[in-house]
Amino acid sequence: MKTENPKAWFFVLPVLFLVAFNALVPIMTVVNYSVQETFGNNVFFWQGLDWFEQILRSERFHAALGRQFLFTFLILIIEVPLGVIIALSMPRKGMWVPVCLVLMALPMLIPWNVVGAMWNIFTLPKIGLMGYLLNDVVGIAYDMTQDPFAAWVTIIIMDVWHWTSLVVLLAYAGLVSIPDAYYQAAKIDGASPWKVFRYIQLPKMKTVLTIAILLRFMDSFNIYTEPFVLTGGGPGNSTTLLSIDLVKIALGQFDLGPAAAMSLIYFAITLLVSWLFYTLMTKDDGQ
Amino acid sequence: MAKITLSNLRHSYLPNPKSAEDYALKEIDLDWEDGGAYALLGPSGCGKSTLLNIISGLLTPSEGKILFDDRDVTDLPPDQRNIAQVFQFPVIYDTMTVRENLAFPLRNRKVPEARIAERVADIAAMLEVEEMLDVRASHLSPDNKQKISMGRGLVRDDVNVVMFDEPLTVIDPHLKWKLRSKLKELHQRVRATMIYVTHDQTEALTFADQVVVMQDGEVVQIGTPVELFERPQHTFVGHFIGSPGMNVLPVSEAAGRVTFEGHTVALEGTVNGMGGSTELGIRPEFVSIADTGLEARVRKVSDVGRHSVVEAMVGDTAVKAIIEGAAPEQGAAVHLNFDQAQTRLYRDGWIATEVSS
Repeated sequence: MKTENPKAWFFVLPVLFLVAFNALVPIMTVVNYSVQETFGNNVFFWQGLDWFEQILRSERFHAALGRQFLFTFLILIIEVPLGVIIALSMPRKGMWVPVCLVLMALPMLIPWNVVGAMWNIFTLPKIGLMGYLLNDVVGIAYDMTQDPFAAWVTIIIMDVWHWTSLVVLLAYAGLVSIPDAYYQAAKIDGASPWKVFRYIQLPKMKTVLTIAILLRFMDSFNIYTEPFVLTGGGPGNSTTLLSIDLVKIALGQFDLGPAAAMSLIYFAITLLVSWLFYTLMTKDDGQ
Repeated sequence: MAKITLSNLRHSYLPNPKSAEDYALKEIDLDWEDGGAYALLGPSGCGKSTLLNIISGLLTPSEGKILFDDRDVTDLPPDQRNIAQVFQFPVIYDTMTVRENLAFPLRNRKVPEARIAERVADIAAMLEVEEMLDVRASHLSPDNKQKISMGRGLVRDDVNVVMFDEPLTVIDPHLKWKLRSKLKELHQRVRATMIYVTHDQTEALTFADQVVVMQDGEVVQIGTPVELFERPQHTFVGHFIGSPGMNVLPVSEAAGRVTFEGHTVALEGTVNGMGGSTELGIRPEFVSIADTGLEARVRKVSDVGRHSVVEAMVGDTAVKAIIEGAAPEQGAAVHLNFDQAQTRLYRDGWIATEVSS
């Protein structure tokens, strides 16, 4: 049954107004820039879809997009299983629960630029603890300002350190919501620990894990501050992810048109992947 | 299938129990005969679920032994005891089909596939779930889910005992009755020992041949539904079973005569023992309204359909009576009669009269 209540609009309007100002208006501004050329002084020339074409054909964009997908793929493939394993090994009852939860939440409470700065100092050769230990104690040549591979390892470890907790906390929330009876029934049915995980814990964690993966996908796909502070996109362009590249085009070169077109393409990709993933994961939940 | 013996069983959830209050189960000695249908009846928190979990092996008792056919299983884990348990909320494996759910306990025990198919078909026929065998179990209604979790217990042909822990809690009232009769029918067909835990007397009395009534971690009475109704061994049983429960009335006892509110009351037989606090027990079914007898004033009349429950004040004590046909008006002065053969004396809660034959 559907009932229509015109008064409902009065409650929805303030939200619409807010959303319009913090989302729709800025996006429309970007759309405006993406189809025009400007030389300042509010003088605009119509460009049509030229900027979009230029971005989509640009090798620089392809490279940045490739790096972006590689980065997101790597952190997801590490953070999700690691988060689930940590959540499974956390205590479900007793005095250690709050201790574990606080420890897990700590990295997420640190501002992003501080995380970048911390890891920058931490990994500097000679000065930083990790840089010093690797170079002078273990004897591996490690310098993320010179070596692209070292830079990649560092941004991946940094992201894993910063965000695995999110997966842990969500997976843990899914785990503690499983009633004891399920474990008892599994014991009586003679299920092995693997089967308990496969048929009880994993299905019960599915919803929260879907959310966790979605959040981690969107956040990592749009990541800017931490790699910017840590590597600045270098050495060379080796860690120039999409958002870093975008800022370079928009604010470094002041090419507002191409930057606007790139933003919209970037946004469309994020939206499309999120939608695809969510649809696939929730497909067989209905009747 | 097996006979189950509980001997000197005690359990405490505290590491160092001291007084009797620390025990969730106090001194249980029970024999469950092979193939019997039992109910464990008691209010919430009386220890019935604890007892069930001890039999299934999910809990290890603090003291005492559990024997299956004289074999000590006290320290065996649940999967080696060959028991089945149905929980309060239906436990099913969401991602599997109904067929896979039913086959799960057998697959875990490496039963040959041909045998599994045969057993699953048998059980599905018994539970009347054949047409949903290939449906994902998460899509079933609660009563069908509960049927499947029952089926997972019954599918193994070596089960010693099937235990039900308030299995009808989440089932709609009109389906409860259906599922309950299904259970009874299943028991007659598979002849496995079944233990049914509940706080609902109707469920217990309709399912079981023998009902074990528990209170505060102790077994108060074991008997057939009729015995529990007709001769409660303890005022708790009298009060807990029946709707409304037995009238438990304060009386004084002097020189072999029992007086209630100043009136001498005739009892079913001779009185044992002396001292302690004494109470009179009579079920509302055996209190009638007559022209002579105890003077009372009607305080409340509830019409419950087939009969009326009349609550009348004798002095300061309320007495309930079940009246068929026309009930007196509220506030009316009436006379109550107690059926002598059903009037018993309880001393410190326990029955203290004997029928003189």
